[in-house]
Amino acid sequence: MGPRFKLFVPLILFVVLALFLLRGLELDPREMPSALIDNPLPEFTLPSLGQDRLISRQDVVGRVVLLNVWATWCVSCRVEHPYLHRLAERGVPIYGVNYKDDDADALRWLDELGNPYVANIVDREGTLGLDLGVYGAPETYLVDAAGVIRYRHVGVVDERIWQTVLQPLYVELTDGAVNQ
Amino acid sequence: MSVLRCALVFALVLVAGQVLAVIETYEFSNPELELRYRQLSAELRCPKCQNQNIADSNAPIAQDLRKLLYQQLEQGSSDGEILDYMVARYGEFVRYRPRFSGATAILWLTPVLLLLAGLVVAFLTLRSRRGSVDPTAAAPELSADEQQQLQALLDKTEKDS
Repeated sequence: MGPRFKLFVPLILFVVLALFLLRGLELDPREMPSALIDNPLPEFTLPSLGQDRLISRQDVVGRVVLLNVWATWCVSCRVEHPYLHRLAERGVPIYGVNYKDDDADALRWLDELGNPYVANIVDREGTLGLDLGVYGAPETYLVDAAGVIRYRHVGVVDERIWQTVLQPLYVELTDGAVNQ
Repeated sequence: MSVLRCALVFALVLVAGQVLAVIETYEFSNPELELRYRQLSAELRCPKCQNQNIADSNAPIAQDLRKLLYQQLEQGSSDGEILDYMVARYGEFVRYRPRFSGATAILWLTPVLLLLAGLVVAFLTLRSRRGSVDPTAAAPELSADEQQQLQALLDKTEKDS
């Protein structure tokens, strides 16, 4: 066993290393879990885009909603926009967080591309973004009826992400709300 | 000549790095705060560009976090309060030296365990080597028969020379 076993040590080390590296290929280091999962949506009171009123946490909480962080400077948001329309048509309430953007630009964007949002929270200074732990746009948060953040998706929401990740959670949460 | 040129390019690249590292400057009310700002901004990791700290990164989010750090320092927050604030929003990930917990235990303990494993292997290897070739061990006694053979060989070589 002794000396013969030693011959296999490099092979064993190689296999272990290879398994780790292989796993590493599948992992996306940029996909971080949000620190706010299962925590309440932070408090905020900010202007509502294109309306002469303020919008706060209480206006958003009460049903299962998506909170979509977007901006006109964000190229991927333009890619995502048509899919948000489809979700809105299916009856998914989406609130926008217009993140570090210019109001006039944002309104022009909604005019040209249509407005899938129930309302847009104007986060010009990025304060709400900071409280949410946003580090880029687009990001989409799934918030349950009690105002607890259940999921955060970084990047574009498309058919695949919706079908595989968000919809199962959304259905589970909305059914729970009906039962209560 | 080409060595000189290489050296020049290298020197320029070094300087360029330093020029890029200078981002915005903040006026601190006292130098102690500025020192803590430097320490904390080197310790906090940029969530967007993950291999840089917020001091080196010029991503918008790093700018925001530096501004926030400046504001909190001027408000008199302690280092612990600032780190807790950041961790609550961005997770332990945002610290280059995360707190010890179940999730980060593997990060903190692996180097120690590997060092111990290395010491054990080194100890065992050295001990087994000493066992097989021990220079202090006495040479085995030759039997009378072998002694005779040895003498014969020695005599033979003397005759040859």
